[in-house]
Amino acid sequence: MEDLDQFREETRQWLEANCPASQRLPNTPEEQYWGGRRGSFASEDARVWFERMRDRGWTAPEWPTAYGGGGLTPQQGQILKEEMKRINARTPLYSLGLWMLGPALLEYGSEAQKQEHLRAIVNGEFRWCQGYSEPGAGSDLASLQTRAEDQGDHFLVNGSKIWTTAADRSDWIFCLVRTDPHAKKQEGISFLLIDMASPGVSTTPIELISGDSEFCQTFFDNVRVPKSNLVGKLNQGWSVAKALLVHERKLMAEIGGDSPRKEIPPVEAARRYLEFTDGRIANPQLRSDLVDYEMRMHAIGLTHMRSFEERAAGIKGTVGLAMKYLGTEAIKDKNELLLAIMGTRGLGWEAPGFTPEELDTTRLWAMSKAMTIAGGTSEVQLNVIANHVLQLPQPPKAVTES
Amino acid sequence: MALVLNEEQRLLAETAREFLQKQSPVSALRALRDARDPLGYDPELWRHMAELGWASVILPEDVGGLDFGFSGLGVVLQETGRTLAASPLFATAVVGASALLLGGTEAQKADYLPQVAAGELTLALALEEGHHHRPHHIATRLERSGDGFLLSGEKLFVLDGHSADALLVVARSAGETSSRDGLSVVLVPRGTAGVDIERTVMADSRNAANIRFTEVSIASDQVIGTEGEAGSWLDDVLDRGRIAMAAEMLGSVEEVFARTVAWLKERVQFGVPIGSFQALQHRAASLQAELELARSVVLQALTVVDEQPQQLAIMASLAKATLNDLGRHATNEAVQMHGGIGVTDELEIGFFLKRARTAMQIFGDTGFHKNRYATLCGY
Repeated sequence: MEDLDQFREETRQWLEANCPASQRLPNTPEEQYWGGRRGSFASEDARVWFERMRDRGWTAPEWPTAYGGGGLTPQQGQILKEEMKRINARTPLYSLGLWMLGPALLEYGSEAQKQEHLRAIVNGEFRWCQGYSEPGAGSDLASLQTRAEDQGDHFLVNGSKIWTTAADRSDWIFCLVRTDPHAKKQEGISFLLIDMASPGVSTTPIELISGDSEFCQTFFDNVRVPKSNLVGKLNQGWSVAKALLVHERKLMAEIGGDSPRKEIPPVEAARRYLEFTDGRIANPQLRSDLVDYEMRMHAIGLTHMRSFEERAAGIKGTVGLAMKYLGTEAIKDKNELLLAIMGTRGLGWEAPGFTPEELDTTRLWAMSKAMTIAGGTSEVQLNVIANHVLQLPQPPKAVTES
Repeated sequence: MALVLNEEQRLLAETAREFLQKQSPVSALRALRDARDPLGYDPELWRHMAELGWASVILPEDVGGLDFGFSGLGVVLQETGRTLAASPLFATAVVGASALLLGGTEAQKADYLPQVAAGELTLALALEEGHHHRPHHIATRLERSGDGFLLSGEKLFVLDGHSADALLVVARSAGETSSRDGLSVVLVPRGTAGVDIERTVMADSRNAANIRFTEVSIASDQVIGTEGEAGSWLDDVLDRGRIAMAAEMLGSVEEVFARTVAWLKERVQFGVPIGSFQALQHRAASLQAELELARSVVLQALTVVDEQPQQLAIMASLAKATLNDLGRHATNEAVQMHGGIGVTDELEIGFFLKRARTAMQIFGDTGFHKNRYATLCGY
């Protein structure tokens, strides 16, 4: 415990000395640094902050130092998070490589793959995107059809992936591909790393109901991929994918607190947009909805804490599996609540007549609808809880992710 | 590590579970009900519980207590919730003991707490006067008379009111009927003249009573702490009670849910276990998710009693509201998913259903606590 206190003290001092003042203010989407060949810093401070954190291995605090990580224990990692949050320090590097691919490579990658990719991820050299879903394979991910044919010294990839976040700005994509069309669904799938600069890769953005187009459809037309880019064993990519999904869902469960848009917190919105009588919100329905939401978030926050404490104590709990479902449903509730609280001020689509925060709230409401779909729909999450936690029998015809 | 049980607490939970499943399964409550037992609990069971130290879990060592704190008491209460064990544990060891501990003078603590710790003195808090929890809405009067006082008024839904050795009566010494100022708590021993006790038979087969006080003579040393100043500690006592009741309710919900999931795996219709139907799977899975939240809330609330008293009120309301909602939801789903057998008295699910409804009313229903949470947060 003493060591942790000392670590906290040292971390606090280091952050105080090294995090520029401008990097302690809320981030806009344009100011986030995502790295990659085409990545650029919004300011000199952002570059300095990123480089200082990188040099300390703290873009990937809990990864081994051998691959450029910080080598921190989970407890130290938590302290670093808390101390960064304390001064509102910005995330120095946003990266699917850090959050999703890296943990999977640490578990399943070959030594050569770790050497090739992990340090590059820590250093933000390449921006990664994820190629899982396909137009015909959403919740039923294992029915994916993108083919990778063994051509002796390389794989030849044909097909297309959808919901590839920022594929048009990414350098590499980690993909699930079918390597054995004759095997049972989950058994003929492999996990492949593909350089987006390879001939035959193209992307098209998809416009969403929020007006944003952060997602793309990505096409592969006779793309040659070296065999050394296969992660794990041939036809056993499903296990890698499942491990990675756990990281994605954990991320989505936690993402609520780190939204890049300037959203008005619901209690603050109530103070601004609602009438109060004797210190209470006068509209009983909205007051009741607000307290329901606030109590739920309080409970979810405590459950995140419990989940962390269980992990730190070496208890293999079942909490994590419920968090994606609970967290994303709560975000959706929050955005509906905000619209209700703001009335017509929550419905502005463009300036003039609305503040930037109000416009963000409308867009976030539209975006929030994706939260309970991406990374496994809420319904799929409930299937997972039913089958893996409660161990209820599989439905008569297997219609679940397993 | 407040949200993970320590070794000591795990051991206590195991002992409690083993003991209660043997000595006080749900069938014991059924037997008390069917026999129309006048006491409403088994005094032998209470003696055993006291021997195990449960009457004194939260009491300091100098009055014979175990000093395990609320987190220790919480694991025991969870287990009593699992088997619906009827005993004076809640009214005496949680509410009564907390009232004496937080409100009593040094002399009163020295006098009564060792008896409570030994399981020799059972207590009941006579608080409610209406059919909803309104802790400061007290019309029962405590008026000066000679060297002492006269107590007059009527109390409802007094848990263990007909069986307790002494009543702790919340009365008004001064102030408006709904004011927190001017409240007193007085200790009225069993058998005192002017006290009429009517036991009420409730749906959950547990103990409650309506009590009328007619000019009951109260000596000044029967006033707990200082006259007119109980308002300064009564809310803390109630918050402890709310958190303890939430812990008991959590145990009940865990049990009723475990029985429901077992039934989903066992019951066959259309040639397959009904638990293979997605319509039921999703409802069960969503209950499981709610249960995860409830566990975190209760563990944190118990910890707060011992370690962060400034958060007591908000965590008590969060815990009670959460378990009120979940208690209703989980017991309703349990009955529905059991189907026809779920509405028979033969199955024990009905006992959980009924207990949940009573527990939901104890020290504040969902509306009370949501309103309080919102008020505490400034909206």
